[in-house]
Amino acid sequence: MAKTTINADRCKGCGLCTTVCPKKILQLSKTVLNAKGYNPAEIIDMDSCIGCAMCAKTCPDCAITVEK
Amino acid sequence: MAVVFEKTRGLTDVATHYCPGCGHGIVHRLVAESLVELDVLEKTVGVCPVGCSVMAYDYFNCDFIEAPHGRAPAVATGAKRVLGDKNIVFTYQGDGDLAAIGTAETVHSATRGENITIIFINNAIYGMTGGQMAPTTLPGQVTQTTPYGRDVKTAGYPVRVCEMLSTLDGVYYAERVAVDSVPHINAAKAAIKKAFQNQIDGKGFSIVEVVSNCPTNWGLSPAESMQWLRDNMLPYYPLGVYKDKDKGGNE
Amino acid sequence: MSQQYMMKGNEALAEAALRAGCRYFFGYPITPQTELSAYMSKRMPKIGGTFLQAESEIAAINMVLGASSVGARVMTSSSSPGISLKTEGISYIAGSDLPCLIVNVQRGGPGLGGIQPSQADYFQATKAPGHGDLHIMVFAPASIQEIVDMVGRAFDKADQYRVPAMLLADGALGQMMEPIAFPDESEEKKLPEKPWAATGTKGSRKPNIINSLYLNPNKLEDSVRERFERYEKIKENEVLYEEVMTDDADLVLIAYGITSRICKTAVNMARAEGIKLGLLRPITLWPFPEKAIAKIADHAKAFMSVEMSMGQMVDDVRLAVNGKCPVRFFGRTGGVIPTPDEILQAAKDVLASVGGDK
Repeated sequence: MAKTTINADRCKGCGLCTTVCPKKILQLSKTVLNAKGYNPAEIIDMDSCIGCAMCAKTCPDCAITVEK
Repeated sequence: MAVVFEKTRGLTDVATHYCPGCGHGIVHRLVAESLVELDVLEKTVGVCPVGCSVMAYDYFNCDFIEAPHGRAPAVATGAKRVLGDKNIVFTYQGDGDLAAIGTAETVHSATRGENITIIFINNAIYGMTGGQMAPTTLPGQVTQTTPYGRDVKTAGYPVRVCEMLSTLDGVYYAERVAVDSVPHINAAKAAIKKAFQNQIDGKGFSIVEVVSNCPTNWGLSPAESMQWLRDNMLPYYPLGVYKDKDKGGNE
Repeated sequence: MSQQYMMKGNEALAEAALRAGCRYFFGYPITPQTELSAYMSKRMPKIGGTFLQAESEIAAINMVLGASSVGARVMTSSSSPGISLKTEGISYIAGSDLPCLIVNVQRGGPGLGGIQPSQADYFQATKAPGHGDLHIMVFAPASIQEIVDMVGRAFDKADQYRVPAMLLADGALGQMMEPIAFPDESEEKKLPEKPWAATGTKGSRKPNIINSLYLNPNKLEDSVRERFERYEKIKENEVLYEEVMTDDADLVLIAYGITSRICKTAVNMARAEGIKLGLLRPITLWPFPEKAIAKIADHAKAFMSVEMSMGQMVDDVRLAVNGKCPVRFFGRTGGVIPTPDEILQAAKDVLASVGGDK
């Protein structure tokens, strides 16, 4: 069991995390705009998260926290 | 549950001004994590350049000096000669800063074997001024000032910094890494940490060249820019250790 | 009486800097200041200091920036063409509120010019030592003893105001030898604390940032205005000058550095002939002794600025006199040193042309 939290205010919606997630459970929100005007990343299937932190390691903005 | 990954205290909470998907943020994290893990953050003095990372002092949680364009290695030399072993001094520089306007400062701090650490971001373009040709811009690469592609007949060839510096006896360690994938990011972290460990051990001049991206000025999405980096930059700038005196000189 | 030494100006300056507690020197060879670097290279390693021959003047001044940023008493020296290269760094140092000492042993210019004494860098030193709104304190010694006495003061004032100081000498002062005594050195020099220095947070304070960049124009203006408030204090408190027979003078010469000594001879020659010549010698060029000159302008008939240039300081004399009486100029340039005879003749010509009572 793992938990990934995205700080939507810090996220710039670059989408790099979505490209490295081995479980493909990240996507850029289509409905949310943050204060900076970006569509932040969101997790679509937390149950499938394995806590590998690949997303966090590629995030240029340290917007992702991973627990396991 | 235990925390597997969170933002390092080596970085401040200030949101960076970097464009979405810019590799600077990744490298900042790797540097800050290394300083914390080596337990030297509180005695570190960073020197930032002119270019996109000109405001790095806002993002790192340590003392910082802002250098004139290209002069960071000279500023770091002055600081380190005063502080000596008590402190860690590093520069964080882009390609225009380090390999064009600051070439002399780079080469001579290297050949003197200054016991400093240089983190060099090579993204083949001038980012801050809006995408002009850098000393590391690839042959044929289109930039604002090479609108027909870099013509080596008139604009010359790119500078391969690690290869050039590895010929100098004063250089202790020179490695080129990249941030286009998680395995490469992990390797970059190891190299950066080693470069700081070398300084802690008093071994001398260490430089880590990080091949990075510039999605905005390359005109690509962040994901596309990482692919472009792999396809175009890594063949011209091969990753690897170019010099490591721990292993007996050039590799 | 303290011990007397016979020393060359460049070497005496270096020794005085060491005695003032300077332990870091970054420089690049250039005539006619080279003996200063050479002296430092010999002495620094013996006293636990650092001498580093940089790859360029640009690198040297930026090493000074780095060393000052971490709290060191530090200096560099050069001569005119080399100072031009340092102007970038001087601007950053001033904009970052860093103290340091920069020595300019002036030679003739422009361009590569020559290697003989000159005073043609007055504008550069006092008006535009770098880009942007800034000043540096400029000290202009006239003898080797004065160099020796002034170096420690320049360092101290730079620290006090967090404004870089320049010692503006010339090839004559750098190269000639005179007997000197060093200031009392019985007590070890205690340097001021610099809590702003970037020496690592040690986990006990917020990071110290040494910086001249303000992207917010209002914050940049605030920082410049704060610096100019310090400049005003310097103008109030740090002006130095010497007056020679100005009280009754019809014509007052204004000259600094080595030229002022030639002018003193001319004044004495004039007085022997019954001509009322006087001299005001600015010892600080920035701040400039404008109030002292304005006061003399109330009674003198005219001023003549004497310089080894085509006329630079004369502009400041005119500003100080502010139209109260004529301000003339006599100068030689390109490394030519004026003689007392030609200065006296020029003074007579000025007096003949202005004539009459005030």
